Amino acid sequence: MMFAAAALGVIVAIALAMLRAFAGPTVFDRILAVNTIGTLSVILISVYGFLTERPEFLDIALLYALINFIGTVAVTKFVQFQGLGYPVGDHEDGDV
Amino acid sequence: MTEAGTLIDIASWILIIAGLFFTITGTIGLVRLPDVFARMHGAGMVDTMGMALILVGLLLHAPSAIIAIKIILILAFVFFTSPTTCYALARAALHAGVKPMTSDASTNTTDSQKTESKQSKT
Repeated sequence: MMFAAAALGVIVAIALAMLRAFAGPTVFDRILAVNTIGTLSVILISVYGFLTERPEFLDIALLYALINFIGTVAVTKFVQFQGLGYPVGDHEDGDV
Repeated sequence: MTEAGTLIDIASWILIIAGLFFTITGTIGLVRLPDVFARMHGAGMVDTMGMALILVGLLLHAPSAIIAIKIILILAFVFFTSPTTCYALARAALHAGVKPMTSDASTNTTDSQKTESKQSKT
């Protein structure tokens, strides 16, 4: 019951964040919304693991947290410098 | 149900409901706030308070020690990476020319604040 309520609330929050990801006027709004959806899916996977009494799902949630960070920083860097390689062109600010 | 089990259930309910409050409030802020820097505030609510409270609520129900350690690892990792991500994103947005919305440009809170703040800067 408790975990079902938590999962339902997190799904509602994901729907709201999805709204911003579709509507966002700049690309940074979309990146921010996708980052939030990633965090919420970490919560959702954890809660779902407890809901189905298989807490081993936490391994997947941990992996999602790692990929979420790497992915967001990579997309941000790609948007800013039009590339992911190092060195980042002749940009005076170097890395993100 | 034993006394301790009931207490743990009540504490877990309180933590999860508080976490859901912060999560949904943060995402409403993500939808409603006027520009990208303000929206980062809403996203930060989800990443810190919402996430932490819900996961601590789950932590009280952890059946074994390794499960608890995994939850604490997720918590610690998100606590370090969420500010880093927000910082990189804010810096990239500033470099790309998104003007932060200042008080002298806040009469109209729609998505057209970019042109407005440009006019007020000159």
